[in-house]
Amino acid sequence: MPRIVVDVMPKPEILDPQGKAIVGALPRLGFTAFSGVRQGKRFELTVDGPVTDEILEQARNAAETMLSNPVIEDVVNVEVLEA
Amino acid sequence: MSETPLIADLGGAPQEAPLSGARIGVVTFPGTLDDRDAARAIKLAGGTPVALWHADTDPAALHGVDAVVLPGGFSYGDYLRAGAIARFAPLMGKIVDAANSDAKLPVLGICNGFQILTEAHLLPGSMIKNDHLKFICRDQTLRVENNRTAWTNQYEEGQEITVVLKNQDGQYVADEKTLDELEGEGRVAFRYVGWNPNGSRRGIAGITNAAGNVVGLMPHPEHAVEPGFAPLGADGQYSTDGLGFFASVLSQLVGEAK
Repeated sequence: MPRIVVDVMPKPEILDPQGKAIVGALPRLGFTAFSGVRQGKRFELTVDGPVTDEILEQARNAAETMLSNPVIEDVVNVEVLEA
Repeated sequence: MSETPLIADLGGAPQEAPLSGARIGVVTFPGTLDDRDAARAIKLAGGTPVALWHADTDPAALHGVDAVVLPGGFSYGDYLRAGAIARFAPLMGKIVDAANSDAKLPVLGICNGFQILTEAHLLPGSMIKNDHLKFICRDQTLRVENNRTAWTNQYEEGQEITVVLKNQDGQYVADEKTLDELEGEGRVAFRYVGWNPNGSRRGIAGITNAAGNVVGLMPHPEHAVEPGFAPLGADGQYSTDGLGFFASVLSQLVGEAK
């Protein structure tokens, strides 16, 4: 079953409190190489049958209207994963 | 303290009989918590609360109410984003249309209700996780910055009120241009006083739309409406400061009816 992956990230200018907490905790476990963390979301939309252009367009629309909030987030990736 | 009534007597007729005709809807979504508190606040202020259901697709789903409160809670468990799924409820379409119509239905969003209003684009900006990452529950003083809205006209401009603040995703954010517009147009309705409890831009606790009929705020006026179940105000007395929201909308509705 093919899936459409949608990746959503907080906008660069929006402080990401969760990412900030994670980057603060990493050095405590010895992971000292990372100076920043931003946490986003990955959605996997399962499609019954082939992914047509129309279905991909639906996924893009869903990503913009519901899966992300354009005030605080960007849709950074929409792609098809073949099973 | 023995003379402080712990529970308000709702048995008698409301003091202001002319107000009791005003019917204010309170919407319940899956995960709403404060709908009954909101209904009680409306009743204490002299109005008639009407329970509304998020999934009601009947053309008359709003039951002809004169105003609507979107109460606090965790609709859909805050999944996806706070308020993001609730805003697509069938009833929300009707509320958005009524709020934008010539009739300018007064709508108040409290906490999760505020989040739903921003997701529905009735109010600008959005709420993200508190900057300190903790759930917060405290008595909070606010300053009324705009007393010309449907929900604030019974306050003085600059009046400080104490109500409950309780949330996880309470940090109000918007881009600088939007913030400047809100400030310039007097649409910041409430600001936090004393400290900024969640990192909100410019200390904003609540905002209004341009017409003044749609107001949203993170703190909870409906939890500060009766002695014994209210925060202690700056004077050490129980604060019933939240009643003014509901008295304001009733006052406006009565004024329109005259």
